[in-house]
Amino acid sequence: MEYTADSERACGPKEIRNTTCYMCACRCGIRVHLRDGQVRYIEGNPDHPLNKGVICAKGASGIMKQYSPARLTEPLRRKPGSNRGDNEFEPISWSEAFSMLEDRLRSIRETDPKKFALFTGRDQMQALTGLFAKQFGTPNYAAHGGFCSVNMAAGMIYTIGGSFWEFGGPDLDRARLFVMIGTAEDHHSNPLKIALAKFKRSGGKFISINPVRTGYSAIADEWVPIRPGTDGALLLAITRELIDQGLFDREFLIRYTNSAQLVNNDPDSSEYGMFVRTEVPEEEGCFDPQNKLWWDRHRNSEVLTHSEGADPRLLGEYRLGDGTPVKTAFQLLTDRLTDYTPEWAHGITGIPADRIRRLAHEMGVTARDQKIELPIAWTDVWGKDHDHVTGNPVAFHAMRGLAAHSNGFQTIRSLSILMTVLGTIDRPGGFRHKAPFPRPIPPCAKPPRVPEAVRPNRPLEGMALGWPAEPDDLFVDEAGEPVRIDRAFSWVYPLAVHGLMHNVITNAWRGDPYRIDTLMIFMANLAWNSSMSPEKVRDMLNDRDADGEYKIPFLVVCDAFQSEMVAFADLVLPDTTYLERHDVMSMLDRPISEFDGPCDSVRIPVVPPKGQCKPFQEVLIELASRLRLPAFVDKQGERKFRDYPDFIINYETEPGSGIGFLSGWRGKGGEKFMQGEPNPNQWEMYEKNNCVFHYELPRSFQYMRNFNRGYLDWAQRHRLIRYAEPILIHVYSEVLQQFRLAAQGKTQTRQPPDHLRQRVEQYFDPLPFYYEPLEAQQTDKQRYPLSAITQRPMAMYHSWDSQNAWLRQIHSHNYLYVSPQLGHKHGFADGDWIWVESPWGKVRCMCRFSEAVEPNTVWTWNAIGKAAGAWGLDADADESRKGFLLNHLITEELPSKIDDRPISNSDPVTGQAGWYDVRVRVYKAEQTEQAETSPQFTAIGAVAGQDARRSRVLKYVAGIMRDKTVAS
Amino acid sequence: MTQLALVIDLNVCVGCHACVTSCKEWNTSGIAGYLSDDNPYGAEPTGTFFNRVQTFEVGQYPDTQTVHFPKSCLHCEEPPCVPVCPTGASYKRPEDGIVLVDYDKCIGCKYCSWACPYGARELDEHQKVMKKCTLCVDRIYDESIPKTERKPACVNACPTSARLFGDVHDSESEVSRAIREQGGYALMPEWGTKPANHYLPRRRIEVTIHDDELVRVDNPLKKEIDVGPSGPVREQTLDDITSW
Ligand code: SF4
Ligand code: SF4
Ligand code: SF4
Repeated sequence: MEYTADSERACGPKEIRNTTCYMCACRCGIRVHLRDGQVRYIEGNPDHPLNKGVICAKGASGIMKQYSPARLTEPLRRKPGSNRGDNEFEPISWSEAFSMLEDRLRSIRETDPKKFALFTGRDQMQALTGLFAKQFGTPNYAAHGGFCSVNMAAGMIYTIGGSFWEFGGPDLDRARLFVMIGTAEDHHSNPLKIALAKFKRSGGKFISINPVRTGYSAIADEWVPIRPGTDGALLLAITRELIDQGLFDREFLIRYTNSAQLVNNDPDSSEYGMFVRTEVPEEEGCFDPQNKLWWDRHRNSEVLTHSEGADPRLLGEYRLGDGTPVKTAFQLLTDRLTDYTPEWAHGITGIPADRIRRLAHEMGVTARDQKIELPIAWTDVWGKDHDHVTGNPVAFHAMRGLAAHSNGFQTIRSLSILMTVLGTIDRPGGFRHKAPFPRPIPPCAKPPRVPEAVRPNRPLEGMALGWPAEPDDLFVDEAGEPVRIDRAFSWVYPLAVHGLMHNVITNAWRGDPYRIDTLMIFMANLAWNSSMSPEKVRDMLNDRDADGEYKIPFLVVCDAFQSEMVAFADLVLPDTTYLERHDVMSMLDRPISEFDGPCDSVRIPVVPPKGQCKPFQEVLIELASRLRLPAFVDKQGERKFRDYPDFIINYETEPGSGIGFLSGWRGKGGEKFMQGEPNPNQWEMYEKNNCVFHYELPRSFQYMRNFNRGYLDWAQRHRLIRYAEPILIHVYSEVLQQFRLAAQGKTQTRQPPDHLRQRVEQYFDPLPFYYEPLEAQQTDKQRYPLSAITQRPMAMYHSWDSQNAWLRQIHSHNYLYVSPQLGHKHGFADGDWIWVESPWGKVRCMCRFSEAVEPNTVWTWNAIGKAAGAWGLDADADESRKGFLLNHLITEELPSKIDDRPISNSDPVTGQAGWYDVRVRVYKAEQTEQAETSPQFTAIGAVAGQDARRSRVLKYVAGIMRDKTVAS
Repeated sequence: MTQLALVIDLNVCVGCHACVTSCKEWNTSGIAGYLSDDNPYGAEPTGTFFNRVQTFEVGQYPDTQTVHFPKSCLHCEEPPCVPVCPTGASYKRPEDGIVLVDYDKCIGCKYCSWACPYGARELDEHQKVMKKCTLCVDRIYDESIPKTERKPACVNACPTSARLFGDVHDSESEVSRAIREQGGYALMPEWGTKPANHYLPRRRIEVTIHDDELVRVDNPLKKEIDVGPSGPVREQTLDDITSW
């Protein structure tokens, strides 16, 4: 046999189609090669702005997702007489499934819409799922952000009006120093890998601060091990040192942040801790009125901020003309930092004080001495012309590592402030926004304020999720009790901007705040790795009232794969894979924008759906039409949209608004963007253009967007924002102070119930502060001295594909990685079976010695362990015999209660799940014990419609030898 | 004479395995396919891969390095696997130096895999033939593929561009330059196999901050401290006690 150049052509008919990957949330452009209709090869699309031709291990394994034996292929109903979790189903038709749902949902909507709850996993369909929930009239809707990284979104957006995530990121093209803190690899993974390699090749220094050296930290120039949950202490100490040395960007702080603004310092005033205002603005809106004061050095008196010719003080304590004592916000910050010395931080983080100082000096001196000056003229929002854009090339990145702690919100505020002090916000080499960010602080969308927002047969008044700006924006009843099932936007988790999906089942089961009827879950594994105490959750799902009715009466699960969660469903709806559907990465949700301008994209089906699979989008549109939800029907109550593609083209946020899910090729002939009439050929235009729309802003609009006149006007003209007003960075958070004042009973706003006053007062601190994570505060650390955390391996970042035949060969099971010192101390060796135990549970697992972990920390790969037989795997697969889930050690609720009611193991500001707060101990398993992981669960098998045939050998060749592939 | 090869930059490889599965998907349906998987959904799944990434730690905490090391056939210039092949199935192409296995001639005797010091060859238990990296010989000359993409699948896939591809005998090629300028090295040169593939080492960037860089005349703190002329001193000065 000779290898020839055209051997490929000898095979069946070929075709190449463009679409967008969804093996993870990164959403790279891909080219799918088909041979004889079967997927032959998936490669990165070189003409796609996001991944520029590269792909990752998951993306290149999409074939094995498409042909996975875990695929669900028909709607299923739980067999009468079987229990939830038994995984016993009978196939039904879609029309039966729809009428079941229609009847049930109609009667809920007619009576009490909040008894229907919709929670989704990978939240990239939020524009549609959110619209459905709102139109249905239920507030009980959220995606998985609340248990993922909401602290990141909230901490940064409440500070700088943008955030890491899909909303912004480090500008590694121009940075000279890059600091990555905690695990942060999942989001935007390929672009970050591309940028990181370029950054390293151009000689930049990469510092990784992380208890574990894995992921991108492997190629860091310097690894700084830190104890989990202590990042806030480090960041505050660094900021203190920067200010102490004068290594801050004074001009940036004065002009573009609220640092120099004067804060009322009279403890007896109801305005204590609020900025002093000159006048009340004519129009109230979600923007910062420019009516605050500076202290002018020349006149030695107060002046309106941004007054021409003023030279404001950044520090100091003054007395206004009317006698009011004031301090600058920056003075308050400096006061706050007094005790946060590097020596103090050493005791908490484990990082030597000298090293903390050196880190600060490297950041500060790089920012100061390697300044970038881009010859780009721009005008700021106060009318001042600038002939260049400045950059202080120190970039940061962080995500879950900082976020998944119950002190994460304040930690991330600290990080945002550090980035601001260095003068790096939306500047070259620092942090850059991505459209539609920056948003006002906080963004305009608000949750409803009163329980009456939920009414039978009516859409929800307000948004299910939003951004409270003050206590009056909370979604509570007269008694201050939550209206949402997850208690989001109540006094327990006031800024729960992404909801608390992790508490939904427990709350609904307990009936606190109330019981619900139907819970619909899309693509989330709450019976397994998406719950903090999966065993308890499984019991709750199966728990019945005295009358034999389930406590959560009806459970609908939509997923493409059989999973632990599917096994508990009453009704299973088989979703398609990403290769079988239309989809949009919408500007109304989490688009794929670039630093240089807005960007959104689509998926186009490249293969037909398997069996009866139906995209969840189609399910929602069908249901919405049947239920006659107003946005989905015309005036006569007739169905408005044929299907999802038709909906995408024709839906407008308001009749005639010209704003729809896709921003590209709008207008009748596709001549407009962002805003314009529906274009019947929009899909074709996306398809012709690599499935992506990308608008590059003029260079002068690409930086300093919080305060860039040109950009803000542009954004307003294109309806990205309502107000073209400056978005001053909130070094000092008045939003938080308003909640604190309410808790202190000093204001006329809504007041927290007495039992929550102290909590709100403590955590709603307008200045960043460090506290030990809540769970650790309540744990006996003598007995449980170690922190346990998880990360995800690169081949499975942000994916739900560990059952993938190729990827699982890279990681079929996980180990607990421990410092060899621990093994020596407790008498176990590398590879031994050990127990890892927390106050809440214990897990038997195999250990691996590692020198790349901070010795007081143990860690493992998350979500590799599976329940036996789930995900189309054999009952004896490594995932269930050797793989394990750390979740069994984590508690959903804290041991302490407030007012005798359980309290979530979550951040007290945002409700972010404190995944990484658990404390554990480890010890050797007995010789006599089974060499398999514990706990074990009764094995489940294949369900109707799943490929039951388990070939022992997979010999995949696309298009030929079909009979030998699993796909046959 | 041309010698095609991969040069892998360990300074940027993050161990993401994109090259591993891209290789697998290209080749299982390509001329060297299939690449079988045993127990694909069961215990201890194992399959044929032409390229694998090994991860190991070097050094002791806290001075630990985590190294990701992708490895495939190195297309040696003196390949020990070729002369040991009793059927001539294992051969090195004169025109581009790629080492290949002719499946029609291979009898699965494994001599070549014993001879290979790098463990680059894997026997396909089902086809009973020896398999390994082909440098994507069925891609790199295929004129139906756009010129810029006429490279091995793993090279196109790699998000960090850690995988360079080219002719190591052409001193002006990107790969030769990288080897020359960045300390590229071959694996186990003592074996005399002259591997064509090379690796580029980790490089470490350090920043030195001198103490005096912290002292600046334009330290912004000075703006916040009042330094201007102050009023008269109330305590005694020389003015009060002497007249000269
Ligand atoms: S990073 Fe995510 S979206 Fe991109 S190729 Fe990989 S799996 Fe697909
Ligand atoms: S694709 Fe590139 S970065 Fe990823 S493991 Fe392979 S060589 Fe390394
Ligand atoms: S060159 Fe081709 S065959 Fe060789 S490792 Fe790369 S992708 Fe695999």
